[in-house]
Amino acid sequence: MQRRRLIGGLAALVLAGCERAQDTAFHALDITGADYAQDFRLQDPDGRTRTLADFRGRAVLVFFGFTQCPDVCPTALARAAEVMQLLGDDARRLQVIFVTVDPERDTPELLRAYTAAFHPSFLGLHADLETTAATAKAFKVFYRKVPTGSSYTMDHTALSYTYDPQGRLRLAVRHESPAAEVAADIARLLAEAPAARS
Amino acid sequence: MKTRSLTVTLTLTVAAAALLASAAQAQTTVAEPWVRGTVAQQKASGMFAKITSAAGGTLVAASSPVAGVVEIHEMAMEGTLMKMRALPKGLALPAGQTVELKPGGYHVMLMDLKQELKDGQTVPVTLVIEAKDGKRETVEVMAPVRPLGAAGMQQHQHGMMK
Repeated sequence: MQRRRLIGGLAALVLAGCERAQDTAFHALDITGADYAQDFRLQDPDGRTRTLADFRGRAVLVFFGFTQCPDVCPTALARAAEVMQLLGDDARRLQVIFVTVDPERDTPELLRAYTAAFHPSFLGLHADLETTAATAKAFKVFYRKVPTGSSYTMDHTALSYTYDPQGRLRLAVRHESPAAEVAADIARLLAEAPAARS
Repeated sequence: MKTRSLTVTLTLTVAAAALLASAAQAQTTVAEPWVRGTVAQQKASGMFAKITSAAGGTLVAASSPVAGVVEIHEMAMEGTLMKMRALPKGLALPAGQTVELKPGGYHVMLMDLKQELKDGQTVPVTLVIEAKDGKRETVEVMAPVRPLGAAGMQQHQHGMMK
């Protein structure tokens, strides 16, 4: 009973109704120890260089996409916003990051306005084409331009990577996973953190 | 004379019935349309709706005054890879079946947007449906804008109430 309280009321609530995951596995794919997606070096909309180390002490959820995307990207970011809601007070210990694979069209101003439409704390990161390509490769994220009409759209990997508050890569979240599962996984990562720190 | 007038009446009746039938056949209804909102500088968005063609047909084209280019798209997940494509032959609307354009599937892609699409606005979209006999029907849709940050799924609509 006491142990359960330690996990936190919310985590218990989110996990309730999903017996399978109560004590065993994460909902998302556990990629702890994987040797890719270790870090990034990208620009925020203010022009500052950001790396994973900037977010130590918080769980980090990273998604690659582009703002001209009508479907997958807003769905993933809306889910992330819902995760923030579900986490309650713990939400301040989660940083959601949107990395553009379309830096030619996704200007810093556009990225700032776009991420803010979902949650004021969400951060849009960008880089030049070369760094974007290198970062995507390091994260095993595939993307390519697909011409359509007079314009182009992009195919891209729709996974979200999750890091624990120590900055270690932990989970790959599928696009189809519901917000409640993502929130439960992140609550677990956050609940681990105080123990790991002491 | 009498025979003749009867023939005329019959012909007219048949013609009227045929007209009515063709009107009924061509009838395509669009329910619950919505467009995802955008922020300034964002040049693309999508329209979603439930489309039912009584007699069956194909959604072959669409246009909107807010967009320079409008296409019928399909989004599909291939493993973890998201692919989006214009449907070259349009979107099939089987007779009497409701085809849902929704996130994770089909959408009417609005590109080269001429303005920001704000919550509370309504976006006019014209859909062109081609019947099996090649006849084209246009349906005018007034699609309300839902906030960009709102979840697209039905069960989350409560979160959008003000």
